[in-house]
Amino acid sequence: MTEIFGVPIQALMGQLMLGLVSGSFYAMLSLGLAVIFGMLNIINFAHGALYMMGAFLAWMGLEYFALGYWQALLLAPLAVGLFGIVIERSMLQWLYKLDHLYGLLLTFGLALVIEGLFTNGYGVSGQPYSIPEELSGAFNLGFMFLPKYRAWVIVASLAVCFCTWFVIEKTRLGAYLRAATENPKLTQAFGINVPLMVMLTYGFGAALAGFAGVLAAPAIQVSPLMGSNLIIVVFAVVVIGGMGSILGSILTGLGLGVIEGLTKVFYPEASATVVFVIMAIVLMIRPAGLFGKER
Amino acid sequence: MKRKLLCISIAALLLPAAGNVLGQAKPAALKLSDGMVKIGVLTDMSGVYSDLGGQGSVTAAQMAIEDYKAQYKPNFKIEMVYADHQNKADVGSNKAREWFDTQGVDMITDVLNSGVALAVAKVTQEKKRIMINTGAASTRLTNEDCTPNTVHYVYDTYALANGPGKAVTKAGGDTWFFLTADYAFGASLEKDTSDAVKASGGKVLGSVKHPLNASDFSSFLLQAQASKAKVVGLANAGGDTVNSIKAANEFGLTKNQRLVGLLTTIVDIHALGLPTTQGMMFTEGYYWNLNDDTRAWSRRFFAKQKKMPSMLQAGTYSAVTTYLKAVAAAGTDESAAVMKKLKELPINDFFAKNGKIREDGRMVHDMYLVEVKKPAESKEPWDYYNIKAVIPGNEAYQPMSLSRCPLVKK
Repeated sequence: MTEIFGVPIQALMGQLMLGLVSGSFYAMLSLGLAVIFGMLNIINFAHGALYMMGAFLAWMGLEYFALGYWQALLLAPLAVGLFGIVIERSMLQWLYKLDHLYGLLLTFGLALVIEGLFTNGYGVSGQPYSIPEELSGAFNLGFMFLPKYRAWVIVASLAVCFCTWFVIEKTRLGAYLRAATENPKLTQAFGINVPLMVMLTYGFGAALAGFAGVLAAPAIQVSPLMGSNLIIVVFAVVVIGGMGSILGSILTGLGLGVIEGLTKVFYPEASATVVFVIMAIVLMIRPAGLFGKER
Repeated sequence: MKRKLLCISIAALLLPAAGNVLGQAKPAALKLSDGMVKIGVLTDMSGVYSDLGGQGSVTAAQMAIEDYKAQYKPNFKIEMVYADHQNKADVGSNKAREWFDTQGVDMITDVLNSGVALAVAKVTQEKKRIMINTGAASTRLTNEDCTPNTVHYVYDTYALANGPGKAVTKAGGDTWFFLTADYAFGASLEKDTSDAVKASGGKVLGSVKHPLNASDFSSFLLQAQASKAKVVGLANAGGDTVNSIKAANEFGLTKNQRLVGLLTTIVDIHALGLPTTQGMMFTEGYYWNLNDDTRAWSRRFFAKQKKMPSMLQAGTYSAVTTYLKAVAAAGTDESAAVMKKLKELPINDFFAKNGKIREDGRMVHDMYLVEVKKPAESKEPWDYYNIKAVIPGNEAYQPMSLSRCPLVKK
């Protein structure tokens, strides 16, 4: 069998595939962050908590209303999105004119409150949520068994990421959005309701996090702390990709997932730090991130 | 409300009088510091271990005090306090110091998290009080860091590793691969289990060290799968164990290999559900559905807590009861005298049969090697285990001949 640095090529291919799966989560979450930052100039620390809410709503739907995975995949993001809109209208909208720091502190506080409430209500050890019937089992790819669910995660997240990119970069609505980011006063003067667009954007970013949460529910522990374990890595992804860059966050998310996956094979102890090492290097060479524009 | 208060105070005044009327001989008064026995439950109230101990431990200690009062009608006052140590050694040891210095706490229990436990053990020794630890895992508490004031009550890493290490290897699972959390606890769990596996004629094929709180375990599991070992040992805890098991199931690892949890509890099984965990094996210090005694107590606990007790919580009840009995027997709450009684009296309750506290502070009692039931076998909620073997206390725990505790005379 061919080997690279003592690792069989088949095992390597398998690990690459898995890296792509965790990269999909990074991509989806960092995309939400990038959209929110690009439009609202808010560094949304509540993103991890919103992701956790998505997973929890999926579990609650099953537990209390007998809603299956597919309904949850539709309804939970909607609910999280609505929750996001409420936050934006009631709290965030007063902070746009202030320094970034205020938005960061507010959302960080919100994250702690949300996680605290869920911990209080449901404990920390998590809730059971199993893979839907249709997606249990695995594909034999020759070099590995790829569980169907993981394949579905890649497909779903790529589709969502592509649609988001397409809407923002290629449609008229996206053009309004970009214009509103560039020069809100002028855009408003053309008769476009900028506050409404900002509100919907935050709601959409929150819904993306909720969607990622539902996708994650069958694969990892549904617990109140699941978001805070992930969010720091996702922030590193956003910084590497360039704050606010849509395409940047998608590509970096996937790329870093793969790099992290490879680290898990060659030197597993470093797999938790590799993303941050890359971040440090990128910041030294390109302070605005790989895809960011310096202002 | 006022009337209720009034009634209670009248009742309180009348009760001792009634006792005298009935002619009960009052035993001689105990020599107590601050005129009462005070117990402190120091635990993780909101962090990663709060489901294992936390509010459940507080409830268990409260039940123990109420039951003791009801059954033995002691002629001394018993009080309880509790606090959150936030899994921080400094917070824990400061709280213990405050309790000892200003609140007259005589005994501290629970104290899960080995780091906090080791710090609190030092303070307890310095202040000459007692810690009956029902929560921490490290064997250091009864070895290098043993003190005349520590009792280690429910379990330790040696007992957790030893049971499955020997039993599973002898039952044919003679090649092992470890998934190890990359810190002191994981390493010691892996080492203890490896020793037991090798001693039973098995072989360790390798291990992979994963970072703490790694959310995605699929990559590590693929490596475990590629090792072709018959048994995959999970030398991790809490969320890491849960995520390892979820991924193992998804990648079909459980079809050809057996998963053995090295610190898995009923809390984790409840969080994952039986479809995901069936067939897993591990060691527990307590199981609610063992016999009529355990069922009776656990159902009472369930009524208050809406959860079945973990071994830590059941152990906390037992520890508090044992402590109160020792105080009554010693006639004082002075720690040396109470410790002497604790080490003399055998422990017989729903939690432990013929439990014995050794010279090094280790409470030796039977442990249970359990296998998780198939969903079809489970008859009611929380009915999760088949007991594969009862490991007698003297086999489950580290023998005194291997003790590294300076208190043990050899």
